[in-house]
Amino acid sequence: MVKQVHLAAHFPGVNNTTVWSDPAAGSHIEFDSFKRFAQTAERGFFDFLFLAEGLRLREQKGRIYDLDVVGRPDTFTVLAALAAVTEHLGLTGTINSTFNEPYEVARQFASLDHLSQGRAAWNVVTSWDRFTGENFRRGGYLAQEDRYERARTFLQTVNELWDSWSGVSVVADKESGRFLSEAGPGRFRHEDRFFDIEGQFNVPRSPQGRPVIFQAGDSEDGREFAAQGADAIFSRYATLTEGKAFYEDVKGRLAKYGRSRDDLLILPAASFVLGDTDAEAEELAHQVRRAQVSPQTARNFLEQLWNTDLADFDVDGPLPSFDPAVEGDLISKGRASVRQLAKDPVALANEWRAKAEAEKLSARDLVIEVTGRQTFIGAPATVADRIDEFVQQDVSDGFILVPHITPDGLAPFVDQVVPLLQEKGVYRTEYDGTTLRDNLGLKYP
Amino acid sequence: MTDELHLGVALDGAGWHPGAWRRPQARPHDLFSPRYWADLVLEAERGHLDLVTFEDALNLQSDQLGAQDDRNDRVQGRLDAVLIAARVAPLTTGIGLVPTVIATHTEPFHISKAIATLDFAARGRAGVRVQLGLWPHAFRHFGRREVPAFDLSRIGEPDQQRLLAEYFDEGADYVEVVRRLWDSWEDDAEIRDVATGRFVDRDKLHYIDFEGRWFSVKGPSITPRPPQGQPLVTALGHQEIPYQLIARATDLGFVTPNSAAEAAATSSRIAELAAGRAVSVWADLVVVLDDTEQAARDRLANLNELAGVEYTSDAKIFAGTPAQLADLLQEWDLTGYRLRPAELPHDLTQITRGLVPELQRRGVFRTEYPSNPTLRGLLGLERPANRYTSA
Repeated sequence: MVKQVHLAAHFPGVNNTTVWSDPAAGSHIEFDSFKRFAQTAERGFFDFLFLAEGLRLREQKGRIYDLDVVGRPDTFTVLAALAAVTEHLGLTGTINSTFNEPYEVARQFASLDHLSQGRAAWNVVTSWDRFTGENFRRGGYLAQEDRYERARTFLQTVNELWDSWSGVSVVADKESGRFLSEAGPGRFRHEDRFFDIEGQFNVPRSPQGRPVIFQAGDSEDGREFAAQGADAIFSRYATLTEGKAFYEDVKGRLAKYGRSRDDLLILPAASFVLGDTDAEAEELAHQVRRAQVSPQTARNFLEQLWNTDLADFDVDGPLPSFDPAVEGDLISKGRASVRQLAKDPVALANEWRAKAEAEKLSARDLVIEVTGRQTFIGAPATVADRIDEFVQQDVSDGFILVPHITPDGLAPFVDQVVPLLQEKGVYRTEYDGTTLRDNLGLKYP
Repeated sequence: MTDELHLGVALDGAGWHPGAWRRPQARPHDLFSPRYWADLVLEAERGHLDLVTFEDALNLQSDQLGAQDDRNDRVQGRLDAVLIAARVAPLTTGIGLVPTVIATHTEPFHISKAIATLDFAARGRAGVRVQLGLWPHAFRHFGRREVPAFDLSRIGEPDQQRLLAEYFDEGADYVEVVRRLWDSWEDDAEIRDVATGRFVDRDKLHYIDFEGRWFSVKGPSITPRPPQGQPLVTALGHQEIPYQLIARATDLGFVTPNSAAEAAATSSRIAELAAGRAVSVWADLVVVLDDTEQAARDRLANLNELAGVEYTSDAKIFAGTPAQLADLLQEWDLTGYRLRPAELPHDLTQITRGLVPELQRRGVFRTEYPSNPTLRGLLGLERPANRYTSA
């Protein structure tokens, strides 16, 4: 049997993927939007719905960043509510291991797993910064080098809590009066640099035993963390060359932890634009890119790399001729800004200027060019072929799709591309089992 | 027509009586299933009740207050109350949903957005019951700070009262942060102004800049202001220090009087402490209800037998007929009551199918929900103005 494609859907969050200015764009906060989105994903037999997280509103130049969608609901609460209006769809929440405590997070995911009858998943992330920490009373923030260490020990502790009811079941024998198979369930003790806790966990073992674990980081530490303990990776490499390299690298790390290549799924985020023809899709994709990168967005993006106030800068002209400021606090807070990603801002600025000059691009055009393109553009058949090709060639095990219209942008994909993947025999026509682990083909712990 | 009563039901496990799970109609195997909670809340909604509360704790149940007892003849384990409330929200349209949160061990930032989101999912029917977590063994589940052990057996002594006051002061700060975060977005902050490319008017988002003795929180919330503006804040109290929290921080206090006189005294004490702030006061009652008083008393005796102990409670235990309970509710003359069914689903259906029709016959309880109700609306409370909105 050919390799099967896994698909999931990411409800667009607070970045400029979302074209909120499109007349078709709806609320990103009302529950009906999440319900429609989730039910569309389930109609397309998607494995799960994915929610990102942000714990502080972004700022630029000391003010709240107002050009993209701002605001989002609480992850656990939305996912629990979605469990009521879906039957099969996995519910994946991004939850931070820095600004939470293991007992509470273990309890919330175990509760979600019970309340969804085995559909809960946790994407473990590791923000660490002081900026986010200002919203939390406890623990504050971490040194950057400690974040994966805390995440690792946090996850280990949560696993210990989930496992603390192993072998204990609810027998609820009314005759004998015995409620559990064993008295005194949930005992745990964990002591290390970050946590010194003991007692009894108070949620019985959930349908999946342990909810599915996702990991999203891409650093050396992040890859190792995923290879050691994650069930799936939410990666950013959706191109053929980069994707294959990442896939090989991470799958190659599994053996040393006694795991097989099937124990970890690699699922990059991917965007798409569909048209009746490839040419029409290209044209539409161009329009979407222009909408995603308004003149104001382009200016703000350049300010992040230049780390300089460019309020009066004309983005229809050339890039700034001066070099980025390398000293001083970052102008952008609360996001992985361009500046944080660039090892050498001056070199990157030079590279961009050269590219803009060679291709005769304005500053805004350049931003549109370098901030990436939609992963899959084309007629439905083109997109289905491409997805199939990527999965068969081990670029990934499937994709987490991020539509640019909230909440109905997923529907064209489900209606037009999914049937073609089914015809190819690379995509399910019904759900495999009742839990997310069943559908992802993952073992039960 | 007399003033209308308000009614809530407090849901907990198989019911409040420790013997409840062993009764013939109990569903102890389903306590961790979504269907169980949906069935209960839908039944409460059929009775047009104002609200249901969901109990919670960050430790296992125990007969021994303040310590684990590892008894194996009691219900053990529970699901997160906020998530249960969220799970039933899309299935309901009329009833208020009020989960318990433990303020001592959780982050006000997280809870504020969780309850705001519950309010979105329930279209304006969310509340929260704020509880302090005092038990030393629950502190050990978090290990974040050294605390002087609270000793329930010495609760009346000055050092324990001082300790209690500190926990409740922290609770008051917690509620203040949660409330400021709900207000940290003005209602019309989302503008989607295509001409200027701005999604929000950031002048309508506010840093809350809370600085207190126990924690500081910057804000604004990541979640916009919820439909009710301020979801309903409630707390349970048994003595002066909790009454102060109820009076200064909540919209609704649950209290546990034993008589009409005590009910009146407690209610006026809270009004006095509130000093003009509007706070509703409801009495909690554990209820064992049957068609005859004898049947109710017999069943209570059977529950005690199944539990192996005579049940006691912080609240008055009422065993009798729905009509007798209706008499008591009218005699006590409070604005509302939170009834704790001793046995689920039995005592819940006695409330919805016995007590409610009786109160309706007497003209003191609603016969249907208004269209698109909010919880505040059901209780006759206004939608509060935003504290940050400039005139």
